[in-house]
Order: sequence, then structure tokens, then C-alpha cells
Amino acid sequence: MPDNQDAGQQPAGPSPQWAMAIDLDRCTGCEACVVACAAENNVPVAGPDQAALGRAKHWIRIDRYYEGEFPNIKVRHRPVLCQHCDEAPCEPVCPVYATYQNAEGLNVQIYNRCIGTRYCANNCPYSVRFFTWFAPEWEEPLDLQLNPDVSVRPAGVVEKCTFCAHRIKRAKLAADEEGRPLRDGDVQPACVQSCPAEAMTFGDRTDPGSKVARAIGSARAEQLLPELGAKPRVFYLQKAD
Amino acid sequence: MTTEAPLPAHADHARVRDDLLARMAGASGRYLAAVALCGAVVAWALFAWAYQIRGGFGHTGLRRPVYWGVYIVSFVFWIGISHAGTLISAILRLTGAGWRKPVTRAAEAITVFCLMIGGLFPLIHISRPWLFYWMLPYPNERYLWPNFRSPLFWDLAAILTYLAGSAIFLYLPLIPDLAEIAERSSGLKRKAYRALSLGWTGSSRQWQALERSMKLMALVILAIAVSVHSVVASDFSMSVNPAWHSTIFAPYFVVGAIFSGIAALVVVMAVLRKLMRLENYLREEHFSKLGKLLVLMSLVWLYFTFSEHLTAWYGNRPLEMPALHLKERGAYGALFWAMVACNFALPFVLVGIRGLRSIPTVVASSVAVLAGMWLERFLIVIPALERPPLPSAWGAYAPSWVEVSIGAGTFAAMALLYLLFVKAFPIIAIWEYEDGASAS
Repeated sequence: MPDNQDAGQQPAGPSPQWAMAIDLDRCTGCEACVVACAAENNVPVAGPDQAALGRAKHWIRIDRYYEGEFPNIKVRHRPVLCQHCDEAPCEPVCPVYATYQNAEGLNVQIYNRCIGTRYCANNCPYSVRFFTWFAPEWEEPLDLQLNPDVSVRPAGVVEKCTFCAHRIKRAKLAADEEGRPLRDGDVQPACVQSCPAEAMTFGDRTDPGSKVARAIGSARAEQLLPELGAKPRVFYLQKAD
Repeated sequence: MTTEAPLPAHADHARVRDDLLARMAGASGRYLAAVALCGAVVAWALFAWAYQIRGGFGHTGLRRPVYWGVYIVSFVFWIGISHAGTLISAILRLTGAGWRKPVTRAAEAITVFCLMIGGLFPLIHISRPWLFYWMLPYPNERYLWPNFRSPLFWDLAAILTYLAGSAIFLYLPLIPDLAEIAERSSGLKRKAYRALSLGWTGSSRQWQALERSMKLMALVILAIAVSVHSVVASDFSMSVNPAWHSTIFAPYFVVGAIFSGIAALVVVMAVLRKLMRLENYLREEHFSKLGKLLVLMSLVWLYFTFSEHLTAWYGNRPLEMPALHLKERGAYGALFWAMVACNFALPFVLVGIRGLRSIPTVVASSVAVLAGMWLERFLIVIPALERPPLPSAWGAYAPSWVEVSIGAGTFAAMALLYLLFVKAFPIIAIWEYEDGASAS
């Protein structure tokens, strides 16, 4: 694997610049993050028929890689979510600017602006963009559990991980109220919060003292498919073995 | 060849004129039946489209990671065929090939109709078509612009330009014929054709202007045609998808477009010849010459296909190989080799060997080439999407009845447009034909 070309470099733009680090040595593949994400972000359940077609939606998923032959087999897990690339291949191809990178480095999707060409989803090398095939439905009383901070996506638009942008906003408001700057650890996306092994860290990479900045500086830190040059903001700390 | 009627070139002009105009009048039972059949298929396709818009895009066979399917394949296919008009008309006009004269209008009409149909596919393909106008740079109070960096925006600009250009290219040489029809008719029909002929009187100044503008338009349309299919290719080649990101795609697509365009022209000519009894005008010579062009383009196509696949195979890049394997020996292997047979083996043998070259073999090869080129577009779009870089996202695609209906409906729409066109306008340019006859 090519080495971590981005580590230690400060990305352009004002603070904060959001980034994530995932320690693969700690990930057990339990999928708590997957469940937490679906609950937090109103990600609808596809149902067995649609899932069999390949239309299940997971803003974060666990990729499994098997090494060796049974019984000497090793499984490696890798949680894959939107990598919030600095050179995101999904962005320039959208004809209506429905997706772009905001000032804090989030790759954002404007559902209302999306006309559904699905070009972005094709052009994402990480396959983390999902399409709403049908208008989502929640049976009563499941509709009552919907997160009011997150919009329910209509039929015909592309959606994906937002790094829990609504939580970032909430943390900023709380900090403003207390008249203090954002502190490391104020923002926790649902996946990070729910990880029992504490494999995931999220924060401002321009703050040298932040947990995420230190993790990205680690010799173990690598990006996914770095050879494509998308400059992802998710860093994986490789297993040391 | 010897069984055909003597060339009407030796007949006097008035007879040719009467003969061609007579074919526009009246409608036989068979004609009406064909119109009804095509109309029914088009209506069914429209129903399928409405069903898809109302019920959701889930009614297509698309699924992650194959977000583009039959609609994009059809889009590339129809825009490709539209190159028939360009090649035959513009190139042959510029090089002064006299034999082109009875076939130019049929070719130019193909271009316009194919663009109308192909241009519809981006609309069918997007899941919220009622917001289509957001792709247009129109003034609005929020200062929202379309994204000029997106190849889809380039597509829109290129196709609208091509449609406008080819409509003019079809219309200009129609003008003298429209005036002729107006001369011969009365009442409302006379008024309508008179208005359409833009005050054509046939003065030498007008003839000169027509000649000059046709030459200019031929040059313009050639440049546009090449750029249009290069832009269509950039939908794929500009992407980061390893199996699509290929520098050869722009010329490869242009070659494929001209190739399928010739095949479409041959098929259309064969149908017109039978249905409208044009045996005296569309002769063995035309099929034979177009057949030779077909073989030439088949060889160029083979060269590009070979280069594209050899480079990918030899390069052996890990992200690209799964798609290549899937295409050549995996689930799509049979289709791949069927494509090679249709696009190269059949035309090369049937038309390339002089003893076998005849109207039926040229037509059969052209039908094969049309099927092969549709497959080529399919095999460029689908296998590459089924094998994204991360294996956990790999998937498979099969079109649904909605996509099949709409895909089939466009063929019926093409036939329907043609059926209506031949009754409203002379399908052979009368004045050009006379011009050619007196020159020979």
C-alpha cells in the first residue's frame, strides 16, 4: 500500500477542518456504528426484497477481508463511510452543484437541489453514495423515532454520510451559548459515539492537540485507495502485526 | 443488378418529379397499420415512463453500484446513429461524391430524429425530470448556476447545438422542394408549403445562396458532430472509474457513431426502398458503396476496440482487471464475442468479399452492426459499473420491464417519425436528384 501522503499536512481553509481516524486494530466488526448511523440519520430499512436486489442503504458499512484458508483464516474489518475527500470525484460531475465541499471540509449533499443523474454515485470510488429508489416509509409507531434534526430524503435523490453535520451544528450552538470555542471531543458523530471499542475518533485536524490530529500523524495512518488522488479525510490506522 | 429498371437519370425531369411527389400522396392500409403499430408501442413506452416517474425509480432494474443502465446505453446508441446524416451528407457533399444525391435527405432526417430521441434520454434517465431546467443557465433570483465542469452539462450544450445545426442542415435543401410542392397544390396546403419555403422563387441568386450556405453548414456540422460524440464519451472518460478513464474514448466513440450511423442509413434505405417502391432510385450501387464504407468503418472500429482492450489487459492494473474479465470472459463474455461477430466478422465476410456483396447481405450486415453497436455501448457502461474499486460493493444489473419498454419504444418512435416524414416531405431531394441526373 502506498504511504500516507496527506499526514501532517494542513489542509487549506479556516478552522475547524473536520477529519476522522479509524483504528483498524481496535475495530471488531460489531456493526454498532452501522445501527447507530441508521437510527441517527433516518436511514430507511430497505426490506428483504429490495436488499436482495442490492438496494440496502448503509451510510457506514463494515467491509470484511478474509486472509488465508480455513481453518487458519483471519478476518479484517474496515468501516467504510463517506471519506469527505478534499479532491472529491463526486463533486465536479454534478450538473447542478448539488454536492460540494464546504468551508470546514465536509462533502455536503443538498437533497433539494439533486435532480437524480446519479453521476456522483457512479464516480465515487468508495461506493458510499446511495440513491432513494422509493419514497421512504416508516410503519407506525416507528415514524415517531425519526430524528427531527435530520431531513427525511424524498424519492429520487442521492444521499450519504454527512459526518453528522447536525451534531456539529448543535455542538457549535452549545459552545456559543457558553461563550467558549469548540473543544476537542465536543462533536461526536453517531458512529464514533457508539463504537464500543473506541476505534473511531473525530475532530478538528488543524488543532495539533486533538485526538484526531495525533492519530493522523501516526505512522500507521493510511488513506483508502490513495492512488486515486481523492485526498480522503478519513484515515485508517493499520493493524500492527 | 441487371434485373433493375433502367436508371431514371435518363428519364426526363418532369417524370421524376411527378413520380417522387406521387409517392407522398395517399396512404395505403399497410401504411396506416404500420403507423398504428408504431404508435401503440410508443404509447406503451410513454405509459412505462409515466409509471416510473410516478412510482419511483425503483421500478427500473438499477441498483447499487450500477446507477446507470439501459437509458444511458440507449442515449449513447441513438446519439451515435445520428452521425449517419453527418457523414453521408456533409462528407459526401464536401467531397462532391455525386452518388450521394438520392440518399442525403434520408440520412439528414435520421440525424434529426435520432437526436430528438437520444436527447430525450437524459430526461428519462434522471429521477426528478420535472427539475430538468435546473441544468440550464437561466437567470434566477438566487444566482444559482449549473455546474459548467460537469460532462452532463457539456452533453446538454453539445446536443442542443447539434440538434439546431442538423435541423437547419435538413431544412435548407428542403426549401426548393417545398416551393415545388406549393406550386402543385392548392388551398391551405399551398399556403403552408409556401410559408415553409420562405419565399423561394428559384432565382439564380437564391440558388447561389443555398449552395454557399449548404457548404458552410456542411463544414460546421462536421465539426459539431465530431465534438458531440467526444463529449458523450467524456461522460465516461472523465470519470475516476478505472475501466472508463481512457484517453481513447473520444475518437473510439466517434468511430463507433459513424459506423452505426452508416448501418442505420442502410437499414432505413432498405425499408424505404421496399415500402415506397424506390427501387429505381436507391439502387444496388448505393448499397454497394455504403457497404464498402461499412467495412472500412468496421476495420477502424476493430482497431480501436483491439487497442483499448489490449492496453487494459497488458497494463494489468488491479482496479481495472475485474471489469475487463467480467466483460470478456465472465457473465458478459458471450455478449462481448457476439459483439465482435456482429461488428466485424459478419460485415467483413458478407460485404468484404466481392462475390457475396449484394443488397440483402449489406442490409443483413447493417442489422448485425446495429445490434453489435448497441451491445458495445452496453458493454462499456455496465461491466465497468458492476466492478467498482472496493470488492464489497460489487453487484449485478438486469433491466426491468420499464427499461425494456422504453428502450423498445424509441425504435418504434424512430419508425413513426419516419413514416410521418415521408408523407409530408419528399424523401429524395428532387432538385438535387435532377441536378445529379443532368450532371451525369
